[in-house]
Amino acid sequence: MLSRTSTQRARRAAESVTDPELPMLTLADLGVLRDVDVVTDDHVVVDITPTYSGCPAMAAMRDDLVRELHGAGFDRVEVRVCLEPAWTTDWITPEGRAALAAAGISPPGPAPSSDGPIPLTLLPTARQVRCPQCDSPATELVSEFGSTACKAQYRCTSCLEPFDHVKEI
Amino acid sequence: MDHVHTTAEDEHDSAYSGLLVNDAHWAFGTDFEDPLAGVDTTIPDGVDAPTLAAYALMLGDDALVMSHRISEWTSNAPDLEDDIALSNIALDLLGQARLLLARAAKADESVVPALPEDSPAPPEDALAFFREAHEFRNVRFAEVVNGDFAEATVRVLLFSVWRLATFERLRSSRDHVLAAVAAKGVKELAYHRDYSARWFVTLARGTDESRRRLLAALDGLWPLWPELFDTHEVEAAAAEAGVGVDPAAVREAAEGVLDQVLAAADVPRPEVSRRAGVLGRTGRDGMHGEPLGRLLAEMQSVARAHPRGQW
Repeated sequence: MLSRTSTQRARRAAESVTDPELPMLTLADLGVLRDVDVVTDDHVVVDITPTYSGCPAMAAMRDDLVRELHGAGFDRVEVRVCLEPAWTTDWITPEGRAALAAAGISPPGPAPSSDGPIPLTLLPTARQVRCPQCDSPATELVSEFGSTACKAQYRCTSCLEPFDHVKEI
Repeated sequence: MDHVHTTAEDEHDSAYSGLLVNDAHWAFGTDFEDPLAGVDTTIPDGVDAPTLAAYALMLGDDALVMSHRISEWTSNAPDLEDDIALSNIALDLLGQARLLLARAAKADESVVPALPEDSPAPPEDALAFFREAHEFRNVRFAEVVNGDFAEATVRVLLFSVWRLATFERLRSSRDHVLAAVAAKGVKELAYHRDYSARWFVTLARGTDESRRRLLAALDGLWPLWPELFDTHEVEAAAAEAGVGVDPAAVREAAEGVLDQVLAAADVPRPEVSRRAGVLGRTGRDGMHGEPLGRLLAEMQSVARAHPRGQW
């Protein structure tokens, strides 16, 4: 018989695991943790989804989940990959967005629709990005590719600080 | 591949603890035992498994070989931002390759090269590291030796315009894995395409020298562009079964996007004829140029020397 507390215990443990590349964010805040399913009192199945196809952090996430859930008393931990539906930055929670901003990383705006043909954009992506340091709206894109697959590089033209922006997908 | 995970120690806690625990890692991969674990890999009704596997290999090999070529730019790009951009593009394609090769292996395990019984290499790595050049099914476009930064711009542009048009349609594949890879891939490829398209316009409208180099790069790669839209019998069968996309069917969409870029850059379409196949055979048939052999030698030699490699 499955106790209610083991479900809570599993959720709490899984939700406490942080992203290896954005350690201020839990996998739950990032929207990468899709499901925690307690099969029996010592067996749990966790679904995670990659942010990008080549995300190199998946193995580290799996190891961290296994460790936390072992620590919470689950001897049998299965971590599965869930490819569908594809991850979108819209799944980052309000808490996650606040944690990003507090760490000096600009959170993403609404993700564009990815149905139908994706129109070509020859001008830098128009985003209203505020500087996470000084809150100035005077910012400019340096590059659509940044320190990790999920970030773009920006620069604030008021305080001159460079910063990362989680790009919308 | 089974892993024994220790509870108390983990490689995260210390750089050394991961080396000391009784947890064997395949030395040349990411150590995620099955990238498709938990994904529905059932072959759709009426679909021929070898056809699905052969088709997934084609898409996977395109991404793998292209990823390797672009990764050769790492630490060599003209500035840090573009070094990072090209490395990110290579990484996205490598991730797509991994999923697609794993899909091919799952659909028909007879495509996977035989390795020693105790080799920890997962099937997708066996496919990447232990096949010969003639077993690769990538388009020849992907394997061409790198040139200057203008050439990288044109290469990424043409490849991503074509692949994005393909993946936009592949999203409705009857195969769940291909549909999921495509749905994720379109988001990545849109960034690759727009990045290279902006550089294309910038170089074309920059200095006389940047324009000269861009036009030379376009002329150099153009002979291999038409091959991207040839329909191989595997692609025809996969499209017929509703799991794949006929390359000929995406030509109009891809040319339309490319024309927008050429117009913005004020660059005419090149007048260079296509590169012929060898007795009609091209990349999809396993007919490759010498550069693929050298690329594979670099990519594969260490794993081949240590098929049981663990650390």
